[in-house]
Amino acid sequence: MNPLLQVSGLTKRYGARIGCADVGFSLWPGEVLAVVGESGSGKSTLLNLLSTRLAADAGTIEYALLGRGLTDMAKLSEAERRWLLRTDWGFVEQNPRDGLRMNVSAGANVGERLMATGARHYGQIRSTAQDWMARVELDPARIDELPAQFSGGMQQRLQIARNLVTKPRLVLMDEPTAGLDVSVQARLLDLLRELVTSFGLAAVIVTHDLAVARLLAHRLLVMKGGRVVETGLTDQVLDDPQHPYTQLLVSSILQV
Amino acid sequence: MTTSGYNFAYLDEQTKRMLRRALLKAVAIPGYQVPFGSREMPLPYGWGTGGIQVTAAILGTNDVLKVIDQGSDDTVNAVNIRRFFARTAGVATTNRTPEATVIQTRHRIPETPLAAGQIMVYQVPEPEPLHRLEPREAVTRKLHALADYGFMHVKLYEDIARYGHIATTYDYPVLVNDRYLMAPSPIPKFDNPKLNHSPALQLFGAGREKRVYAVPPYTKVESLDFEDHPFSVQQWDAPCALCGASDSFLDEVVLDDVGGRMFVCSDSEYCSNRQAAGHAGSAVKEAA
Amino acid sequence: MYVAVKGGETAILNSYALLADARRGDTDVPELSVAQIRQQMRLAVARVMSEGSLYDEDLAALAIKQAAGDQVEAIFLLRAYRTTLPRFGYTLPVDTARMGIRRRISATFKELPGGQVLGPTYDYTQRLLDFTLLANGVATEPPAQAEALPADMPRVTDLLAGEGLIEPETPPDGDPAPVDLSREPLKFPADRATRLQNLARADEGFLLALGYSTQRGYSHTHPFAGEIRMGEVALEIVPEELGFAIEIGDITLTECQMVNQFAGSSTAPPQFTRGYGLAFGEAERKAMAMSLVDRSLRSQELAEAIKSPAQQAEFVLSHSDSVEASGFVQHLKLPHYVDFQSELELVRRMRATHGQPTPEEETA
Repeated sequence: MNPLLQVSGLTKRYGARIGCADVGFSLWPGEVLAVVGESGSGKSTLLNLLSTRLAADAGTIEYALLGRGLTDMAKLSEAERRWLLRTDWGFVEQNPRDGLRMNVSAGANVGERLMATGARHYGQIRSTAQDWMARVELDPARIDELPAQFSGGMQQRLQIARNLVTKPRLVLMDEPTAGLDVSVQARLLDLLRELVTSFGLAAVIVTHDLAVARLLAHRLLVMKGGRVVETGLTDQVLDDPQHPYTQLLVSSILQV
Repeated sequence: MTTSGYNFAYLDEQTKRMLRRALLKAVAIPGYQVPFGSREMPLPYGWGTGGIQVTAAILGTNDVLKVIDQGSDDTVNAVNIRRFFARTAGVATTNRTPEATVIQTRHRIPETPLAAGQIMVYQVPEPEPLHRLEPREAVTRKLHALADYGFMHVKLYEDIARYGHIATTYDYPVLVNDRYLMAPSPIPKFDNPKLNHSPALQLFGAGREKRVYAVPPYTKVESLDFEDHPFSVQQWDAPCALCGASDSFLDEVVLDDVGGRMFVCSDSEYCSNRQAAGHAGSAVKEAA
Repeated sequence: MYVAVKGGETAILNSYALLADARRGDTDVPELSVAQIRQQMRLAVARVMSEGSLYDEDLAALAIKQAAGDQVEAIFLLRAYRTTLPRFGYTLPVDTARMGIRRRISATFKELPGGQVLGPTYDYTQRLLDFTLLANGVATEPPAQAEALPADMPRVTDLLAGEGLIEPETPPDGDPAPVDLSREPLKFPADRATRLQNLARADEGFLLALGYSTQRGYSHTHPFAGEIRMGEVALEIVPEELGFAIEIGDITLTECQMVNQFAGSSTAPPQFTRGYGLAFGEAERKAMAMSLVDRSLRSQELAEAIKSPAQQAEFVLSHSDSVEASGFVQHLKLPHYVDFQSELELVRRMRATHGQPTPEEETA
């Protein structure tokens, strides 16, 4: 089996400051990788580089395109790249308001990717949207309501449905549970774990919350000052941290 | 007859050449908006300066010009533009659609079918069909380049979800030649089917926004819709009260302040031709 | 019985006659001459020349007379005339350091070479209505004979540049000829030369409001009026057959160089930055507002967060032109029967079905 995503030497500088430096990893189909670290550790820069929103100064991102195998993302045309981003990839924003269109209904939000990829049957778009709303535990009868009428946790689930409707193989998530109440977080984490398993999704999740990482991720990437300081299986890293920084992170969470 | 001191059809020949180059490009890429060096015209922006510049660029001494606004040859703006070309170019003008070689229009396509060899010139206030959804030109240009039009369907979806049908009645977006999304100018959607495979060359000029675009003869022009909510045009309960036509776009005329009204053809030439040929609507029959 | 709208041409011709009559007003009052407007309403003339982008005082005065004092209409008249003019050539860039100065002030230095020169300004008048003007024909006292101004009046920004305190103003790579906005459409992203051209033709009221907004927290640029100078500069052209520059006349210009604070970025050390304004004639308010807006439009190049209207180039440049704006706002009075009819039909239909279940809900 080949990796789905292969990253090597990824570097980004903001003037003299390092955004992230020489980051490399492989992600396998169906695997969940959590990127952990404090704010300023470079994890958000890494996610923005992976999503091609930010251009890297050095390094490559290769993705296993359907039928084409590992392909350098930088070599894709803009049209190919955008097509990929709205079909085979998903991106879940920390704040659902950034990932949803707040001025159109829940149904239009979930249906947008379908329409962007050529779906032209209103009734079918609608029933697919309702189906996905049910899968993320939203009431399908609320399909015509605006996102603002949903609670924060529901908006986040709506954003997830909007991304998964084209059955992507890779989803990038930026602190998907931050900003939610603890009980809401737990429910969302449950849902994410179930979706990842049942669809065989590969995911890169950026989080500062080690509990989230422990629940969802198979592997961990610990970042500090823009560099990867430790990587390994989640349980291994969390139960037996090697790098002093990871030890500090783990101990601080245990103390809380 | 012509006003001295100005070139034929007002614009200097250099400017006309610049316009014709832009128009040739527009014809070569149907539906694509070509930027051009729009000039200040002696009419205000928004009053047809794009259409006037296009007409000025293509007009020859043997052309016969028809100008309509809201389907009528007699509205003040149509009269004014026709007068402008009569003064500056001295070309023949007509009200009769079949006699015209160039038809400049605002908001309508004549009911009389167009013929090969005729040129329609549309006045366009807002050439960018995506503008109401995305005001930034730097973004819309990219969306056109990538044919990334999914968002347009989101808008139509939302209409149906909210109202049960698509709630756009004029300037209804079309896809030209299976490639470019295009604003047909604020013609009623009733006229959209006339754009499709028209034997006439159709040119669109937006003066203030400095864009021209075109639909060459016999080109596919498709109004956006859903398979299960197909595009449809307006219909009226009764035929034209003057000529009895049941196939034309009707304007509502308010007769009094107690709800009295009647519906008559917006295309005044079509209506009077039918009346001359002996057709009569309810208002004429009552009066007789 | 309904009669279609007819007689448009007669109505138009009648409106011409009414307009001419209204413009002239009471014929017992002597008619205003173009020379009087040019001489006695010189600030109105200056604005029409700037925004009409044609330096011709007589034609601008004529336009004001014809437009009955409506500045936007006069600007439109001048522009519509201007488009028909052939291009004979381009002048060399004017050098405002060689300006024959009538006014020059700096808010950044108390004393500076050449000194502060107030010149003709409303700044220190006390805004009391002068009823002697009402009584016509009062002779004004001739101004005191001023000492001859020094020939050397270095620009304040040049003094700062000597110390490296202000960003250097260097032409872009290859020093490309600027786009001629009156011949080519505005495209985005627009470079600074294009933006300045657009702002020079922009509506003064629009620039004033935008410039003002930057002072009230909508993208603060910490401006200081480094220097404002007004006076005459010579225009020079190089005729091909001669091969050297000859003077073809003088024009009056107002220039404003705004000096703005800048903390520096990863690539540039802390230094002052510039905002630039230039207008025909005496037009200080316009030049100052323009320099504020020019500076905020440089936010992207200076890596500042873009949050406010005055920083958004597409927003500012697309809406700055009074001829475009006036035309499009006023086009709403043209007939829209057909579109309105379409909307009327739709609203009636929606009202008829309001509250009834949609077809989807019925089948669901």
